[in-house]
Amino acid sequence: MAELAGLIHYWVVIVLMMIGLYTVISKGNLVKKVIGLNIFQVSVIMFFVSMGKVRGGTAPIFAEGIEIYSNPVPHVLMLTAIVVAVATTAFALGLIVRIRDAYGTIEEDEIGLIETAAGPGGEIAPVEAQAEAEAGPEADSDEDSESATQAGPDAGGAS
Amino acid sequence: MIRHVIPRAVGKLLIPLIMLFALYVQFHGDYGPGGGFQAGVIFGAGIILYALLFGLDRARRVFRPRVLQIFISLGVLLYGSVGIAAMLKGGDFLNYSVLAHDPVHGQHLGILLVELGVGITVAAVMATIFFLFAGWRREASDG
Amino acid sequence: MVVHIVLFIFLAAVAVAVVRLRDLFAAVMLAGIFSLLSATLFTVMDAVDVAFTEAAVGAGISTILMLGTLALTVRREKPEYNRPRPLALLAVLFTGAVLVYGTLDMPRYGDPEAPIHHYMAPRFIEDSPVEIGIPNEVTSVLASYRGYDTWGETTVIFTAAIGVILLLGGSPGVRRRLRHASDGTLPGDDA
Repeated sequence: MAELAGLIHYWVVIVLMMIGLYTVISKGNLVKKVIGLNIFQVSVIMFFVSMGKVRGGTAPIFAEGIEIYSNPVPHVLMLTAIVVAVATTAFALGLIVRIRDAYGTIEEDEIGLIETAAGPGGEIAPVEAQAEAEAGPEADSDEDSESATQAGPDAGGAS
Repeated sequence: MIRHVIPRAVGKLLIPLIMLFALYVQFHGDYGPGGGFQAGVIFGAGIILYALLFGLDRARRVFRPRVLQIFISLGVLLYGSVGIAAMLKGGDFLNYSVLAHDPVHGQHLGILLVELGVGITVAAVMATIFFLFAGWRREASDG
Repeated sequence: MVVHIVLFIFLAAVAVAVVRLRDLFAAVMLAGIFSLLSATLFTVMDAVDVAFTEAAVGAGISTILMLGTLALTVRREKPEYNRPRPLALLAVLFTGAVLVYGTLDMPRYGDPEAPIHHYMAPRFIEDSPVEIGIPNEVTSVLASYRGYDTWGETTVIFTAAIGVILLLGGSPGVRRRLRHASDGTLPGDDA
Protein backbone atom coordinates (compact mmCIF):
# COMPACT_ATOMS: atom_id res chain seq x y z
CA MET A 1 0.00 0.00 0.00
CA ALA A 2 2.85 2.32 0.76
CA GLU A 3 4.22 1.91 -2.72
CA LEU A 4 0.87 2.94 -4.20
CA ALA A 5 1.14 6.23 -2.28
CA GLY A 6 3.88 7.28 -4.66
CA LEU A 7 1.48 6.88 -7.56
CA ILE A 8 -1.24 9.19 -6.20
CA HIS A 9 0.27 12.13 -8.08
CA TYR A 10 -0.06 10.38 -11.40
CA TRP A 11 -3.61 9.24 -10.69
CA VAL A 12 -4.83 12.68 -9.77
CA VAL A 13 -3.26 14.06 -12.94
CA ILE A 14 -5.02 11.32 -14.92
CA VAL A 15 -8.33 12.33 -13.32
CA LEU A 16 -7.74 15.93 -14.41
CA MET A 17 -6.80 14.77 -17.89
CA MET A 18 -10.01 12.81 -18.16
CA ILE A 19 -12.11 15.75 -17.00
CA GLY A 20 -10.53 17.84 -19.73
CA LEU A 21 -11.02 15.08 -22.30
CA TYR A 22 -14.67 14.69 -21.34
CA THR A 23 -15.19 18.40 -21.81
CA VAL A 24 -13.67 18.26 -25.28
CA ILE A 25 -15.66 15.32 -26.57
CA SER A 26 -19.04 15.84 -24.96
CA LYS A 27 -19.73 19.55 -24.78
CA GLY A 28 -21.20 21.18 -27.86
CA ASN A 29 -20.05 24.73 -27.31
CA LEU A 30 -16.80 25.44 -29.12
CA VAL A 31 -15.39 27.77 -26.47
CA LYS A 32 -16.05 25.11 -23.83
CA LYS A 33 -14.11 22.66 -25.96
CA VAL A 34 -11.15 25.02 -26.11
CA ILE A 35 -11.25 25.45 -22.33
CA GLY A 36 -11.37 21.68 -21.90
CA LEU A 37 -8.41 21.32 -24.25
CA ASN A 38 -6.50 23.80 -22.10
CA ILE A 39 -7.25 21.78 -18.97
CA PHE A 40 -6.05 18.65 -20.74
CA GLN A 41 -2.83 20.32 -21.84
CA VAL A 42 -2.05 21.66 -18.36
CA SER A 43 -2.65 18.22 -16.88
CA VAL A 44 -0.23 16.62 -19.32
CA ILE A 45 2.36 19.22 -18.39
CA MET A 46 1.75 18.44 -14.71
CA PHE A 47 2.33 14.77 -15.48
CA PHE A 48 5.71 15.36 -17.05
CA VAL A 49 6.84 17.81 -14.39
CA SER A 50 5.92 15.38 -11.61
CA MET A 51 8.08 12.77 -13.34
CA GLY A 52 11.05 15.11 -13.12
CA LYS A 53 10.93 15.74 -9.41
CA VAL A 54 13.67 14.19 -7.31
CA ARG A 55 13.06 13.65 -3.61
CA GLY A 56 15.25 16.00 -1.61
CA GLY A 57 16.15 17.97 -4.69
CA THR A 58 15.61 21.60 -5.39
CA ALA A 59 14.99 23.80 -8.41
CA PRO A 60 17.56 23.18 -11.15
CA ILE A 61 19.44 26.44 -10.64
CA PHE A 62 23.06 25.96 -9.82
CA ALA A 63 24.10 27.27 -6.41
CA GLU A 64 27.02 26.55 -4.15
CA GLY A 65 26.43 23.84 -1.61
CA ILE A 66 23.45 22.14 -3.21
CA GLU A 67 24.02 18.56 -4.24
CA ILE A 68 20.72 17.27 -5.55
CA TYR A 69 18.77 19.02 -8.28
CA SER A 70 15.49 18.15 -9.88
CA ASN A 71 15.73 17.03 -13.47
CA PRO A 72 15.75 20.02 -15.84
CA VAL A 73 14.95 18.12 -19.03
CA PRO A 74 11.16 17.75 -18.49
CA HIS A 75 11.00 21.43 -17.57
CA VAL A 76 12.55 22.39 -20.87
CA LEU A 77 10.21 20.16 -22.86
CA MET A 78 7.22 21.48 -20.98
CA LEU A 79 8.18 25.09 -21.67
CA THR A 80 7.90 24.29 -25.36
CA ALA A 81 4.62 22.50 -24.71
CA ILE A 82 3.16 25.58 -23.02
CA VAL A 83 4.18 27.71 -25.99
CA VAL A 84 2.53 25.31 -28.41
CA ALA A 85 -0.59 25.23 -26.21
CA VAL A 86 -1.01 28.98 -26.27
CA ALA A 87 -0.34 29.08 -30.01
CA THR A 88 -3.06 26.53 -30.73
CA THR A 89 -5.46 28.20 -28.29
CA ALA A 90 -5.04 31.58 -29.97
CA PHE A 91 -5.55 30.08 -33.42
CA ALA A 92 -8.59 28.05 -32.29
CA LEU A 93 -10.19 31.14 -30.79
CA GLY A 94 -9.62 33.04 -34.03
CA LEU A 95 -11.35 30.21 -35.90
CA ILE A 96 -14.27 30.33 -33.45
CA VAL A 97 -14.75 34.05 -34.12
CA ARG A 98 -14.87 33.40 -37.86
CA ILE A 99 -17.23 30.44 -37.41
CA ARG A 100 -19.55 32.64 -35.41
CA ASP A 101 -19.57 35.18 -38.19
CA ALA A 102 -20.19 32.58 -40.86
CA TYR A 103 -22.82 30.42 -39.13
CA GLY A 104 -24.30 32.68 -36.49
CA THR A 105 -23.71 30.17 -33.74
CA ILE A 106 -20.90 28.40 -31.95
CA GLU A 107 -22.85 25.33 -30.91
CA GLU A 108 -21.58 22.33 -32.74
CA ASP A 109 -25.05 20.77 -33.13
CA GLU A 110 -26.52 23.89 -34.66
CA ILE A 111 -23.68 24.08 -37.14
CA GLY A 112 -24.46 20.50 -38.09
CA LEU A 113 -28.12 21.41 -38.57
CA ILE A 114 -27.19 24.30 -40.80
CA GLU A 115 -24.93 22.10 -42.85
CA THR A 116 -27.53 19.37 -43.31
CA ALA A 117 -30.43 21.79 -43.89
CA ALA A 118 -28.72 23.08 -46.97
CA GLY A 119 -28.90 19.58 -48.36
CA PRO A 120 -26.27 17.74 -50.37
CA GLY A 121 -24.41 20.00 -52.72
CA GLY A 122 -25.23 23.14 -50.75
CA GLU A 123 -22.41 25.59 -50.36
CA ILE A 124 -21.39 27.86 -47.58
CA ALA A 125 -21.87 31.54 -48.32
CA PRO A 126 -18.47 32.83 -47.43
CA VAL A 127 -17.90 35.81 -45.24
CA GLU A 128 -16.77 38.62 -47.49
CA ALA A 129 -14.88 41.72 -46.76
CA GLN A 130 -16.45 44.80 -48.15
CA ALA A 131 -13.27 45.47 -50.06
CA GLU A 132 -13.64 42.15 -51.89
CA ALA A 133 -17.34 42.52 -52.61
CA GLU A 134 -16.73 43.24 -56.26
CA ALA A 135 -15.12 39.85 -56.72
CA GLY A 136 -18.53 38.21 -56.51
CA PRO A 137 -18.13 34.80 -54.93
CA GLU A 138 -19.21 31.75 -56.85
CA ALA A 139 -21.89 30.98 -54.25
CA ASP A 140 -23.82 33.99 -55.38
CA SER A 141 -25.36 32.27 -58.38
CA ASP A 142 -26.60 29.39 -56.23
CA GLU A 143 -28.16 31.67 -53.67
CA ASP A 144 -30.98 32.45 -56.10
CA SER A 145 -32.15 28.87 -56.15
CA GLU A 146 -32.66 28.92 -52.39
CA SER A 147 -35.67 30.87 -51.24
CA ALA A 148 -33.62 32.59 -48.58
CA THR A 149 -33.44 36.21 -47.63
CA GLN A 150 -30.20 38.02 -47.39
CA ALA A 151 -28.90 39.06 -43.99
CA GLY A 152 -27.81 42.48 -45.07
CA PRO A 153 -27.63 44.72 -48.08
CA ASP A 154 -26.00 43.02 -50.98
CA ALA A 155 -22.97 45.12 -51.66
CA GLY A 156 -22.13 43.15 -54.78
CA GLY A 157 -25.51 43.77 -56.26
CA ALA A 158 -24.94 40.85 -58.58
CA SER A 159 -28.11 38.98 -57.75
CA MET B 1 -15.07 63.60 -16.73
CA ILE B 2 -12.49 61.14 -17.92
CA ARG B 3 -13.59 57.56 -17.67
CA HIS B 4 -11.57 55.14 -15.60
CA VAL B 5 -9.54 57.78 -13.80
CA ILE B 6 -8.14 55.52 -11.12
CA PRO B 7 -7.13 52.60 -13.36
CA ARG B 8 -5.50 55.03 -15.78
CA ALA B 9 -3.53 56.79 -13.08
CA VAL B 10 -2.38 53.50 -11.61
CA GLY B 11 -1.67 52.20 -15.10
CA LYS B 12 0.59 55.10 -15.87
CA LEU B 13 2.64 54.15 -12.84
CA LEU B 14 2.58 50.42 -13.38
CA ILE B 15 3.00 49.94 -17.11
CA PRO B 16 6.60 51.23 -17.22
CA LEU B 17 7.37 49.02 -14.22
CA ILE B 18 5.84 46.03 -15.98
CA MET B 19 8.01 46.63 -19.03
CA LEU B 20 11.07 47.11 -16.86
CA PHE B 21 10.28 43.86 -15.10
CA ALA B 22 9.97 42.16 -18.47
CA LEU B 23 13.46 43.36 -19.39
CA TYR B 24 14.74 42.19 -16.02
CA VAL B 25 13.29 38.72 -16.55
CA GLN B 26 14.75 38.63 -20.06
CA PHE B 27 18.30 39.39 -19.08
CA HIS B 28 18.32 37.57 -15.75
CA GLY B 29 17.07 34.39 -17.29
CA ASP B 30 20.60 33.10 -16.93
CA TYR B 31 20.69 33.49 -13.16
CA GLY B 32 17.18 32.74 -12.05
CA PRO B 33 13.88 31.61 -13.45
CA GLY B 34 13.03 33.50 -16.56
CA GLY B 35 14.22 33.77 -20.09
CA GLY B 36 12.95 34.87 -23.44
CA PHE B 37 9.49 33.44 -23.46
CA GLN B 38 8.42 34.63 -20.01
CA ALA B 39 9.81 38.10 -20.70
CA GLY B 40 8.00 38.31 -24.02
CA VAL B 41 4.69 37.36 -22.43
CA ILE B 42 5.11 39.93 -19.64
CA PHE B 43 5.98 42.68 -22.11
CA GLY B 44 3.02 41.71 -24.27
CA ALA B 45 0.81 41.83 -21.19
CA GLY B 46 2.04 45.36 -20.53
CA ILE B 47 1.06 46.38 -24.06
CA ILE B 48 -2.33 44.71 -23.64
CA LEU B 49 -2.87 46.54 -20.34
CA TYR B 50 -2.14 49.82 -22.06
CA ALA B 51 -4.65 48.98 -24.79
CA LEU B 52 -7.27 48.04 -22.19
CA LEU B 53 -6.86 51.21 -20.17
CA PHE B 54 -6.35 53.84 -22.82
CA GLY B 55 -8.33 52.48 -25.74
CA LEU B 56 -7.39 50.47 -28.77
CA ASP B 57 -6.91 53.46 -31.09
CA ARG B 58 -4.40 55.14 -28.84
CA ALA B 59 -2.57 51.86 -28.29
CA ARG B 60 -2.43 51.30 -32.05
CA ARG B 61 -0.85 54.71 -32.47
CA VAL B 62 1.81 53.96 -29.87
CA PHE B 63 2.49 50.38 -30.97
CA ARG B 64 1.83 50.41 -34.67
CA PRO B 65 0.61 47.07 -36.02
CA ARG B 66 2.95 47.26 -39.00
CA VAL B 67 5.94 47.76 -36.73
CA LEU B 68 4.77 44.88 -34.52
CA GLN B 69 4.58 42.64 -37.54
CA ILE B 70 8.13 43.57 -38.44
CA PHE B 71 9.21 42.72 -34.90
CA ILE B 72 7.55 39.30 -35.11
CA SER B 73 9.74 38.40 -38.05
CA LEU B 74 12.77 40.14 -36.57
CA GLY B 75 12.94 37.84 -33.57
CA VAL B 76 12.80 34.67 -35.63
CA LEU B 77 15.39 36.10 -38.03
CA LEU B 78 17.68 36.98 -35.13
CA TYR B 79 17.54 33.42 -33.89
CA GLY B 80 18.27 32.03 -37.33
CA SER B 81 21.04 34.55 -37.92
CA VAL B 82 22.85 33.42 -34.80
CA GLY B 83 22.78 29.90 -36.17
CA ILE B 84 23.98 30.99 -39.59
CA ALA B 85 26.71 33.13 -38.04
CA ALA B 86 27.90 30.07 -36.15
CA MET B 87 28.05 28.18 -39.43
CA LEU B 88 29.94 30.99 -41.11
CA LYS B 89 32.51 30.89 -38.35
CA GLY B 90 33.18 27.24 -38.97
CA GLY B 91 30.95 25.42 -36.50
CA ASP B 92 27.62 23.66 -36.87
CA PHE B 93 24.27 25.39 -37.02
CA LEU B 94 23.52 26.91 -33.60
CA ASN B 95 26.85 25.85 -32.13
CA TYR B 96 27.54 28.91 -30.03
CA SER B 97 31.02 27.92 -28.94
CA VAL B 98 32.61 29.33 -32.09
CA LEU B 99 30.98 32.75 -31.83
CA ALA B 100 33.60 34.37 -29.60
CA HIS B 101 37.25 33.94 -28.74
CA ASP B 102 36.42 31.50 -25.95
CA PRO B 103 33.75 28.75 -25.93
CA VAL B 104 32.18 29.89 -22.65
CA HIS B 105 31.93 33.48 -23.87
CA GLY B 106 30.59 32.21 -27.14
CA GLN B 107 27.86 30.32 -25.29
CA HIS B 108 26.98 33.41 -23.24
CA LEU B 109 26.74 35.55 -26.36
CA GLY B 110 24.74 32.96 -28.23
CA ILE B 111 22.26 32.40 -25.43
CA LEU B 112 21.82 36.15 -24.92
CA LEU B 113 21.04 36.80 -28.57
CA VAL B 114 18.82 33.77 -28.93
CA GLU B 115 16.74 34.59 -25.88
CA LEU B 116 16.46 38.18 -27.12
CA GLY B 117 15.08 36.90 -30.40
CA VAL B 118 12.52 34.71 -28.64
CA GLY B 119 11.49 37.58 -26.36
CA ILE B 120 11.02 40.04 -29.20
CA THR B 121 8.93 37.61 -31.22
CA VAL B 122 6.72 36.55 -28.34
CA ALA B 123 6.01 40.11 -27.17
CA ALA B 124 5.08 41.24 -30.66
CA VAL B 125 2.95 38.13 -31.24
CA MET B 126 0.94 38.60 -28.05
CA ALA B 127 0.31 42.25 -28.79
CA THR B 128 -0.61 41.57 -32.43
CA ILE B 129 -3.06 38.81 -31.58
CA PHE B 130 -4.74 40.95 -28.94
CA PHE B 131 -5.03 43.93 -31.29
CA LEU B 132 -6.60 41.67 -33.92
CA PHE B 133 -9.15 40.23 -31.49
CA ALA B 134 -10.03 43.61 -30.06
CA GLY B 135 -10.29 45.32 -33.42
CA TRP B 136 -12.60 42.81 -35.08
CA ARG B 137 -15.76 44.83 -35.42
CA ARG B 138 -19.06 43.38 -36.45
CA GLU B 139 -22.12 44.67 -38.27
CA ALA B 140 -24.54 46.84 -36.35
CA SER B 141 -27.30 44.45 -37.36
CA ASP B 142 -25.72 41.88 -35.09
CA GLY B 143 -27.66 40.86 -32.00
CA MET C 1 2.64 16.63 0.98
CA VAL C 2 -0.32 18.37 2.56
CA VAL C 3 0.17 21.23 0.12
CA HIS C 4 0.02 18.78 -2.76
CA ILE C 5 -3.23 17.24 -1.55
CA VAL C 6 -4.90 20.60 -0.95
CA LEU C 7 -3.88 21.85 -4.39
CA PHE C 8 -5.09 18.65 -6.04
CA ILE C 9 -8.48 18.95 -4.38
CA PHE C 10 -8.82 22.54 -5.51
CA LEU C 11 -7.71 21.69 -9.03
CA ALA C 12 -10.21 18.85 -9.33
CA ALA C 13 -13.02 21.01 -7.96
CA VAL C 14 -12.23 23.84 -10.37
CA ALA C 15 -12.03 21.45 -13.32
CA VAL C 16 -15.40 19.87 -12.52
CA ALA C 17 -16.93 23.32 -12.08
CA VAL C 18 -15.60 24.40 -15.48
CA VAL C 19 -17.30 21.41 -17.10
CA ARG C 20 -20.63 22.01 -15.44
CA LEU C 21 -20.95 25.78 -15.75
CA ARG C 22 -23.11 27.17 -18.49
CA ASP C 23 -22.04 30.77 -18.13
CA LEU C 24 -18.96 30.95 -20.32
CA PHE C 25 -17.60 34.06 -18.62
CA ALA C 26 -17.44 32.23 -15.29
CA ALA C 27 -15.92 29.20 -17.02
CA VAL C 28 -13.14 31.33 -18.49
CA MET C 29 -12.42 32.90 -15.11
CA LEU C 30 -12.23 29.46 -13.53
CA ALA C 31 -9.89 28.33 -16.26
CA GLY C 32 -7.60 31.23 -15.28
CA ILE C 33 -7.79 30.10 -11.66
CA PHE C 34 -6.96 26.58 -12.78
CA SER C 35 -3.82 27.89 -14.46
CA LEU C 36 -2.77 29.80 -11.36
CA LEU C 37 -3.30 26.78 -9.11
CA SER C 38 -1.31 24.61 -11.46
CA ALA C 39 1.46 27.23 -11.43
CA THR C 40 1.53 26.92 -7.63
CA LEU C 41 1.73 23.16 -7.96
CA PHE C 42 4.63 23.47 -10.37
CA THR C 43 6.50 25.65 -7.89
CA VAL C 44 5.96 23.05 -5.18
CA MET C 45 7.33 20.44 -7.58
CA ASP C 46 10.53 22.52 -8.11
CA ALA C 47 9.66 23.54 -11.67
CA VAL C 48 10.07 27.27 -11.25
CA ASP C 49 10.53 28.15 -14.93
CA VAL C 50 7.46 26.16 -15.91
CA ALA C 51 5.47 27.81 -13.12
CA PHE C 52 6.53 31.26 -14.26
CA THR C 53 5.54 30.54 -17.84
CA GLU C 54 2.26 28.88 -16.93
CA ALA C 55 1.22 31.75 -14.66
CA ALA C 56 2.06 34.36 -17.29
CA VAL C 57 0.55 32.48 -20.21
CA GLY C 58 -2.38 30.64 -18.70
CA ALA C 59 -3.68 33.25 -16.33
CA GLY C 60 -2.73 36.16 -18.56
CA ILE C 61 -2.81 35.60 -22.29
CA SER C 62 -5.23 32.68 -22.54
CA THR C 63 -7.77 34.37 -20.29
CA ILE C 64 -7.57 37.64 -22.22
CA LEU C 65 -7.97 35.93 -25.59
CA MET C 66 -10.91 33.85 -24.39
CA LEU C 67 -12.60 36.95 -22.99
CA GLY C 68 -12.04 38.66 -26.31
CA THR C 69 -13.65 35.70 -28.07
CA LEU C 70 -16.60 35.82 -25.69
CA ALA C 71 -17.05 39.50 -26.43
CA LEU C 72 -17.18 38.65 -30.12
CA THR C 73 -19.43 35.60 -29.83
CA VAL C 74 -21.87 34.40 -27.19
CA ARG C 75 -21.77 34.50 -23.41
CA ARG C 76 -23.76 31.45 -22.46
CA GLU C 77 -23.81 27.88 -23.49
CA LYS C 78 -27.12 26.66 -24.86
CA PRO C 79 -28.62 24.09 -22.50
CA GLU C 80 -30.73 22.27 -25.05
CA TYR C 81 -27.61 20.72 -26.57
CA ASN C 82 -26.35 19.40 -23.25
CA ARG C 83 -28.11 16.09 -22.99
CA PRO C 84 -26.12 13.53 -21.00
CA ARG C 85 -23.82 11.45 -23.13
CA PRO C 86 -23.13 8.11 -21.49
CA LEU C 87 -21.00 6.87 -24.34
CA ALA C 88 -18.55 9.73 -23.92
CA LEU C 89 -18.40 9.12 -20.18
CA LEU C 90 -17.76 5.46 -20.79
CA ALA C 91 -14.98 6.16 -23.26
CA VAL C 92 -13.36 8.61 -20.86
CA LEU C 93 -13.58 6.18 -17.92
CA PHE C 94 -12.11 3.40 -20.02
CA THR C 95 -9.22 5.62 -21.13
CA GLY C 96 -8.63 6.69 -17.56
CA ALA C 97 -8.60 3.10 -16.36
CA VAL C 98 -6.13 2.07 -19.03
CA LEU C 99 -3.86 4.99 -18.13
CA VAL C 100 -4.02 4.12 -14.44
CA TYR C 101 -3.11 0.55 -15.32
CA GLY C 102 -0.17 1.95 -17.28
CA THR C 103 1.11 3.94 -14.34
CA LEU C 104 1.44 0.86 -12.15
CA ASP C 105 4.81 0.16 -13.75
CA MET C 106 6.09 3.68 -13.42
CA PRO C 107 8.74 4.74 -10.90
CA ARG C 108 7.26 6.32 -7.81
CA TYR C 109 7.02 10.05 -7.39
CA GLY C 110 10.37 11.57 -6.43
CA ASP C 111 12.34 8.37 -6.91
CA PRO C 112 15.97 9.32 -7.57
CA GLU C 113 16.62 5.97 -9.24
CA ALA C 114 14.11 6.52 -12.01
CA PRO C 115 15.51 5.92 -15.51
CA ILE C 116 14.67 9.48 -16.51
CA HIS C 117 17.41 10.76 -14.22
CA HIS C 118 20.15 8.56 -15.60
CA TYR C 119 20.46 9.30 -19.27
CA MET C 120 21.04 12.92 -20.23
CA ALA C 121 20.17 14.78 -17.03
CA PRO C 122 23.41 14.06 -15.10
CA ARG C 123 25.43 15.23 -18.09
CA PHE C 124 23.42 18.44 -18.32
CA ILE C 125 23.55 19.11 -14.59
CA GLU C 126 27.29 18.49 -14.29
CA ASP C 127 28.53 19.99 -17.52
CA SER C 128 26.33 23.06 -17.69
CA PRO C 129 28.22 25.17 -15.12
CA VAL C 130 31.50 24.18 -16.76
CA GLU C 131 30.74 24.33 -20.48
CA ILE C 132 28.22 27.14 -20.51
CA GLY C 133 28.78 28.88 -17.24
CA ILE C 134 25.30 30.11 -16.42
CA PRO C 135 23.58 29.02 -13.22
CA ASN C 136 20.09 28.41 -14.63
CA GLU C 137 20.28 24.90 -16.01
CA VAL C 138 16.87 25.11 -17.64
CA THR C 139 17.95 28.10 -19.73
CA SER C 140 21.20 26.44 -20.68
CA VAL C 141 19.42 23.28 -21.78
CA LEU C 142 16.69 25.26 -23.52
CA ALA C 143 18.91 27.66 -25.43
CA SER C 144 22.08 25.70 -25.96
CA TYR C 145 21.83 21.95 -25.56
CA ARG C 146 18.38 21.77 -27.11
CA GLY C 147 18.53 24.94 -29.14
CA TYR C 148 16.90 23.29 -32.14
CA ASP C 149 13.72 22.68 -30.15
CA THR C 150 13.57 26.33 -29.16
CA TRP C 151 14.11 27.34 -32.76
CA GLY C 152 11.12 25.23 -33.72
CA GLU C 153 9.09 26.65 -30.84
CA THR C 154 9.78 30.20 -32.00
CA THR C 155 8.69 29.22 -35.48
CA VAL C 156 5.48 27.73 -34.04
CA ILE C 157 4.54 30.93 -32.28
CA PHE C 158 5.41 32.86 -35.45
CA THR C 159 3.11 30.58 -37.44
CA ALA C 160 0.29 31.06 -34.95
CA ALA C 161 0.65 34.82 -35.33
CA ILE C 162 0.50 34.50 -39.10
CA GLY C 163 -2.55 32.27 -38.81
CA VAL C 164 -4.41 34.72 -36.62
CA ILE C 165 -3.42 37.60 -38.90
CA LEU C 166 -4.85 35.69 -41.86
CA LEU C 167 -8.04 34.86 -39.98
CA LEU C 168 -8.74 38.17 -38.28
CA GLY C 169 -6.70 40.62 -40.27
CA GLY C 170 -9.35 41.52 -42.80
CA SER C 171 -10.91 44.92 -42.97
CA PRO C 172 -13.25 45.79 -40.12
CA GLY C 173 -16.94 45.83 -40.68
CA VAL C 174 -17.05 42.50 -42.42
CA ARG C 175 -20.33 41.72 -43.98
CA ARG C 176 -21.87 38.52 -42.76
CA ARG C 177 -23.80 36.14 -44.89
CA LEU C 178 -25.40 33.28 -43.13
CA ARG C 179 -26.40 29.89 -44.30
CA HIS C 180 -30.14 29.75 -44.06
CA ALA C 181 -32.29 26.70 -43.68
CA SER C 182 -34.46 25.93 -46.68
CA ASP C 183 -37.46 27.58 -45.05
CA GLY C 184 -35.65 30.84 -44.58
CA THR C 185 -35.27 30.83 -40.81
CA LEU C 186 -32.05 31.29 -38.92
CA PRO C 187 -31.07 28.56 -36.47
CA GLY C 188 -31.09 30.86 -33.47
CA ASP C 189 -34.45 32.46 -34.25
CA ASP C 190 -36.64 30.73 -31.76
CA ALA C 191 -34.07 30.35 -29.01
